[in-house]
Amino acid sequence: MFRNIYLFKRDDIHTMEISGAKIVVETLIEQGCDTIFGYPGGQVINLFDELYLNRDRINHVLTAHEQGASHAADGYARATGKVGVVIATSGPGATNLVTGIATAYLDSIPMVAITGNVPCSLIGRDSFQEVDIVGITMPVTKHNFIVKDVKDLADTIRLAFKIAKSGRPGPVLVDIPKDVQVSKCEFVNKPFESPFPMICAKEELLRQAAGLIADAKKPYIYCGGGVIAGNASDEVTALADKIDSPIGCSMMGISAVPTSNKRFLGMQGMHGHYASSMAENEADLIIAVGARFSDRATGNKDKFAQNAKIIHIDIDEAELHKNIPVYLGITGDVKDSLTRLIRLVDEKKLPEWNGRINELKIKENETLKPSEALTPYDIIDIISKDADKDTVVVTDVGQHQMWVAQRYPFEIPRTFISSGGLGTMGFGLGAAIGANAGTGKKTVLVTGDGSFGMNLNELATAVSQNSPVVIVIMNNGVLGMVRQWQTLFFNKHYSNTTLDRKTDFVKLAEAFGAKGFRVSTGEELEKAFSEAYNADGPCVIDCAVDCDEFVLPMLPPGGSIDDMITDVERGDE
Amino acid sequence: MKRFVIAILVSNISGVLTRVSSMFTRRSFNIDSLTVGETESSNFSRITISVMGDDYIKEQLVKQLKKLHDVKEVEVFDDKETVMRELLLIKVNNTSETRQDILAAVDIFRSKIVDYSPSALCCELTGESTKIEAFIELLKPFGIIEMCRTGVVALERGSNCLKSE
Repeated sequence: MFRNIYLFKRDDIHTMEISGAKIVVETLIEQGCDTIFGYPGGQVINLFDELYLNRDRINHVLTAHEQGASHAADGYARATGKVGVVIATSGPGATNLVTGIATAYLDSIPMVAITGNVPCSLIGRDSFQEVDIVGITMPVTKHNFIVKDVKDLADTIRLAFKIAKSGRPGPVLVDIPKDVQVSKCEFVNKPFESPFPMICAKEELLRQAAGLIADAKKPYIYCGGGVIAGNASDEVTALADKIDSPIGCSMMGISAVPTSNKRFLGMQGMHGHYASSMAENEADLIIAVGARFSDRATGNKDKFAQNAKIIHIDIDEAELHKNIPVYLGITGDVKDSLTRLIRLVDEKKLPEWNGRINELKIKENETLKPSEALTPYDIIDIISKDADKDTVVVTDVGQHQMWVAQRYPFEIPRTFISSGGLGTMGFGLGAAIGANAGTGKKTVLVTGDGSFGMNLNELATAVSQNSPVVIVIMNNGVLGMVRQWQTLFFNKHYSNTTLDRKTDFVKLAEAFGAKGFRVSTGEELEKAFSEAYNADGPCVIDCAVDCDEFVLPMLPPGGSIDDMITDVERGDE
Repeated sequence: MKRFVIAILVSNISGVLTRVSSMFTRRSFNIDSLTVGETESSNFSRITISVMGDDYIKEQLVKQLKKLHDVKEVEVFDDKETVMRELLLIKVNNTSETRQDILAAVDIFRSKIVDYSPSALCCELTGESTKIEAFIELLKPFGIIEMCRTGVVALERGSNCLKSE
């Protein structure tokens, strides 16, 4: 009996008059989508029925919560460079996506979110599980659609993919009322559509940039996430080699340039490397590539890099002069712009400047104090010693995130995944599952007990997917980053940052069906990590960290380089 | 801070006005007035927005507008090269003592009386915003009952036009 039903549905394919739900699945496959993340519900049952029928052609990862699914689609996109896809039902399913969509939007991650909605005839009547998700997500999507006619469905989804990956990438939402999923119309596969035409920099501007570079005695190349999105890592290092310049990056630019590159100084900004921030401050020319000068990167904008002229290359014209007035703004694809710029610049040698850079590096190393206890840096060193270079390292948000950003020796683009712009606690586990689903590679999530607590329900997903994700919890029993601010700027009033919880993360892991470890020394961590890293499924390592470890150096919020805090005297509360 | 007028050509589909106006809110730009209507082609609507702002706001506004998928063309209008008009309907108290003064003002401003009752007069006035404002000021002492303004519409002088590519 059931078999007959399926046969009947298969027959539909040949008539090519197919349901909206099937059109969605066929178009997703046509667009090169192999894995989607989601959660079923009343207004997407038809869609999930088609996913069932096509389960051999497209893989659906069921998460514990729609937010986890949205972060998973985001992690998938960050790790692979492809468009991440998430599906949720109407109402609460759709609103649960919002944080994930906003996270992707702030970090320019290509994503397509598909939501079901109540039938068109019920829209606007406050029907059960009805919400205006198009209205809600308008400010956090690159674009969004509601499809009210099945005839527009296929082309709308195609356009959604095109918008998501063209130019500066971003999330696009497509809301599909239930009756549109049920209605039928003709469907013809279309050839894979290429993105909108590349935005190319004006040659005259590149020539001016080459002129500025020729005059510069202290250049500094500043990479943002656009270097990774624009696949321009090689061009950045080639330019640096040709003009003998150091390279720094924003947090989103981490992994664009190998840490082992001797020109690479690491992240600058609020918690940046001393040498990187100082070099940027002393530079006479900053070449910013695919970066947006966020307040976390610049500190007090009036005092930011006052000795430097800034060349800003970005695919998004609106970024030029938005946060920082720049000397020369160039709109264009970063890979194309740099390739052409490299041809225009003359080779130069800057021994004096590079000598100064070395001094800064030496000074930076002097500020690192050895410690008896297991420090966050020790934890990261142990992880990086054991993990392969292509292991994807995901973080949540807080102190642990900054420590990883500062310390982990990333070598390959897209191996560092973190919520930069929105700073979404609870991002990590979903993103790690998505990154693993996309790459098939081992994935390490470094998180904190605060962040992990936000979305730890996705452990269930990691277990059911048997995702080889190693979750290292830097457990200090406090919301460390806020506590650090409270220590420094709020007279140690630890308001609501002490997590007086009794969560046993080992038992928790076991309850979810994962493996759990508890460590408090380096030796124990080495052993546990090695076992966890080589395990098949997810493992949780609960790693004790002192609650008064600080992320240093630190530029106080709104401060400048002169206010840099490099050492903190620890005291009792 | 200066007032400037932006003309935006957008796809004529539902939700576009929200997209444009929500961008203003999100970026913390203030709209002085906004008008919208279909163009010579039914595929496009034209939005005219009057904004107070400095050069930074002007530049950011145009760039952010251009990023919206449904926005096809954006232009900031220069005062001198543009024809700008606004329509005002204004209802004032009508008494035998003030009637002659009101009618004189209507005459001088080339306004029109469009409705008349023993206690109220309704006038219509078309012109640039400054003229509209002057007229309102003039009528204030007589007692304005209610009024509404359309906001600015604007077209470039000469044969230039906003065209979607």
